Amino acid sequence: MTQDVIIHLEHVTKSFGKPDGGTLVVLDDINLDISEGEVVALLGRSGCGKSTLLRIIAGLIGPTSGVARYDGTELTGANPGTAMVFQNFALMPWLTVQKNVELGLAARDVAPAERSKRAVDAIDLIGLDGFESAYPKELSGGMRQRVGFARALVLQPDLLLMDEPFSALDVLTAENLRNELMTLWTGQEFPTKAICLVTHNIEEAIVLADRVIVLSSNPGRILAELPVELERPRDRRSPAFEALVDKVYGLLTGTGVATTPVEPTTATPTSLPLPRATVGGLAGLVEIVYGKGGRIDIPTIAADLSIVAEHLLPLVDAAVLLDFLRVSAPNLEITTAGKDFTTADIQTSKQIFARQARTRAPLVRTICRALNDCPDGNLRAGFFLDILQKGFSPQDAQQQLDTAIGWGRYAELFDYSADTDQITADPNATLVEPPA
Amino acid sequence: MTVVHNFASHGVAVAATRPRRNWAADVAVFVGMAVLLWLIVRVGRGTAVPWTVPSAPSSVSTDPGNLPYYAARSLLRMFAALGLSLVFTFFYATAAARSRRAEKVLIPLLDVLQSVPILGFLAITITGFIALFPGSLLGLECASVFAIFTSQAWNMTFAFYQSLIAQPHDLDEASRLLRLSRWQRFWRVDLPSGMIPLVWNGMMSFGGGWFFLTASEALSVNNHKFALPGIGAYVASASEEGNLARVLLAIVVMIVVILGVNVLFWRPLTAWAERFRIEESEAVETPRSVTLDILRRSRIPGIIGRPLGRLVYPIDRVTAVFGATGQSLKTSIVRRRIGDAASVLTFLVVLGYGAFRVIEYIASSVGFAEVGHAALLGLATFARVVVVVVVSTLIWVPIGVWIGLNPKVTRLAQPIVQVLASFPANFLFPLFTALLLATGISINWGGILLMALGTQWYILFNVIAGASAIPNDLRDAAASLRLPTVLRWRTLIIPGIFGSYVTGGITAAGGAWNASIVAEVVQYHGTTLSAVGLGSYITHATAVGDAPRLLIGVIAMSLYVVTMNVVLWQPLYHLSERRFSLS
Repeated sequence: MTQDVIIHLEHVTKSFGKPDGGTLVVLDDINLDISEGEVVALLGRSGCGKSTLLRIIAGLIGPTSGVARYDGTELTGANPGTAMVFQNFALMPWLTVQKNVELGLAARDVAPAERSKRAVDAIDLIGLDGFESAYPKELSGGMRQRVGFARALVLQPDLLLMDEPFSALDVLTAENLRNELMTLWTGQEFPTKAICLVTHNIEEAIVLADRVIVLSSNPGRILAELPVELERPRDRRSPAFEALVDKVYGLLTGTGVATTPVEPTTATPTSLPLPRATVGGLAGLVEIVYGKGGRIDIPTIAADLSIVAEHLLPLVDAAVLLDFLRVSAPNLEITTAGKDFTTADIQTSKQIFARQARTRAPLVRTICRALNDCPDGNLRAGFFLDILQKGFSPQDAQQQLDTAIGWGRYAELFDYSADTDQITADPNATLVEPPA
Repeated sequence: MTVVHNFASHGVAVAATRPRRNWAADVAVFVGMAVLLWLIVRVGRGTAVPWTVPSAPSSVSTDPGNLPYYAARSLLRMFAALGLSLVFTFFYATAAARSRRAEKVLIPLLDVLQSVPILGFLAITITGFIALFPGSLLGLECASVFAIFTSQAWNMTFAFYQSLIAQPHDLDEASRLLRLSRWQRFWRVDLPSGMIPLVWNGMMSFGGGWFFLTASEALSVNNHKFALPGIGAYVASASEEGNLARVLLAIVVMIVVILGVNVLFWRPLTAWAERFRIEESEAVETPRSVTLDILRRSRIPGIIGRPLGRLVYPIDRVTAVFGATGQSLKTSIVRRRIGDAASVLTFLVVLGYGAFRVIEYIASSVGFAEVGHAALLGLATFARVVVVVVVSTLIWVPIGVWIGLNPKVTRLAQPIVQVLASFPANFLFPLFTALLLATGISINWGGILLMALGTQWYILFNVIAGASAIPNDLRDAAASLRLPTVLRWRTLIIPGIFGSYVTGGITAAGGAWNASIVAEVVQYHGTTLSAVGLGSYITHATAVGDAPRLLIGVIAMSLYVVTMNVVLWQPLYHLSERRFSLS
């Protein structure tokens, strides 16, 4: 095992500076080896730093502390033993397919005749022959991603990196390309020794990988490593496959607020961030659970709605935070409040939402209290942004505030004016829970 | 690969139609190239003839037979300046975009340079270039090219810098991970991705350059009158002679030259640049060009291109010494901080020393009372600029909106306005000066008209662009709501054109300041009219070689422009981005 380790990460931490001088830890103490002959999937929710981790392996960004080694040598720049396939292809639109594939060879000082021959071989391998002189613009998404693969494979990298390579493609094209990739990988011709891919699609990770690394969010840590020992090609309907999917869903749900150790009614806006969910989305989810008899497992909803975990989990988190649903993995169950919320008429359900939000959603509660404390019920949104930036990056802080404003507006607790940047209390709203 | 052979089901793959080869195109391209080469050699010879300051001619012959040659000489200057601007852009913009430290100095500097009245520097640059090429006309040629360069370069640099900054993140990552050399990165990624803004800005700047060409070909500097063989000097000389017919003739030739350059150079270039569009969506209306079609049908570009293509590999190998793109991941924070501090300190020292020398120089020569005087004169010019912008707005915004909202009219009007915008307004000065003399209207008022001649088009041009970009569904909504005119303007049209109007306003105001230097002092048939203002102050200081007053004048004008930008235009610009952006 020690002989054929390609990438070796040791106590890798990555943090970014924030405007107020603090730091935001994105990756925390990551230890990871990638060896010859394996496909590793990095799986996690948005913001877990999986793409950052991939870029550290690629040598595109450096770790804040810890070491990333390729072939035993510490990386100081772009990793010479890797090539990357990008989510949005990253092809040069002004170069033909052939020239795009040759680009990396030109950078490696390969003579033009040799370049052309190797590029043609790679284009052949990936099923693009006949398209050598086409421009990326003339190709469909699936064909473009094939060019992306050819451009990476022509370099014969030790490790092929893939950053959500199928997520910009439609479902059928993605499935087709995944199958072809795995056929190539299991064959003898494949010019790379290992693959590492980033994905938020749980099934995709299990279809492709020998090892799934599940990352937690804020900060990103390795939560679990699951070996996938299923025969290829893998059958998504087999019980073993479904068991693995359920297991990963359980792990990922556990990384959100749904099972957080912090109690929502006492947490602060920074210790318990609002999930990135709209009221419409979370109301829809509660309604579906109610419609299914008040109890359903998460993978089933995901499959029914053909929605990826990335988008479903924040809704689950939000519904759990507001005590409309509860999780008993892998099931979702409706609560009394949830039942009331989904069956009441619109005004009543708004009142229920307002009650739950002002008591259980920390940022909404903070805003309500602050508005209640100031005589004219008027506060600058920038004031809350300043507070939020102590715990979040500027984008995340804005995201938090936007979510809270969306919830507050629906609940008719407060309104926000983009013209004046003021948050104003609704004159008829009960901002603070009356003492029982 | 199992399923690779049924791409047909993938649908989209459409092979681009390659143009058919055509021998007539070959002939056309061959003849065109031969004529071009001959012209360059023939005209280029005239630039290095012996020349000395005392014997320098103060005017050029106004024989109409000379006009084609003069026009060619002027054109050569314009293209020399364009080439120079391009090289400058490559280095400056790349340095600013790739080095954090350089960016902090270079970009504010560019902002200032954009606001400096270029014509005020002619006195300094002419003296310098004449000293550089003693006994040859080349010095004066260089000074003229430099003046045009300073009118073109900043815009192009800014546009290219913006495109480098906005380069799609994944293209940057792909280039680094493919380990392109810096050289390869520039030619294969950076330049192509910035090609469209570069070409369009080059075209606009080239149009603006004619004004400065005209102004720099016939000048009074340090008590000498200089005239360079060129179409601008021809107009100045014809005006001096009071020969309006020949001025008109020059105007016609100028229009022909502008149209010719558009058809033979800019149209094909903009059409060709379309291949560098990154967005998936095609431009609303792809520029087309007959010239480009002929070039594409001819075999000659291929025959010339092939041997050049063979040079790419050796050049790639040689330039590999410049290193790979991307910075090392291992930089010590301490060393970076020290480097930052050192560069800030150096910059402050240089700036402080410069300011100290300027203050000392003014104190020891004309004194600070002169600064107050210049500032007061600036108010007069400022008032003229305000009138130009306000009146142009009142006239051209409604017309521009009408044109922009009618697609058919837009298609007709856009090229005309483009020619009007690049037509050097100073060609018209003799006509209007003659009019002022005949009617007895004071240049203090007439100057406003002269300043407006060139700059009003920027407002019209941008308003048309803005109005035609208002989405159709919004227009339909306004129509179906039967909004009355006032409400329609308030809720749809003004928000819709606001951003482009501000862009046009900045350009028009900046152009008006620059134009004041030539518009506040005009000559016709031996009579000189001079208005009260900062522009005429600078012109007089240039003519008599009064260095301290020239310095004060240029600084005062720069401050006025910068202040106006900071106080008025930038807030409007931010407002438009925040409130009226359509995306």
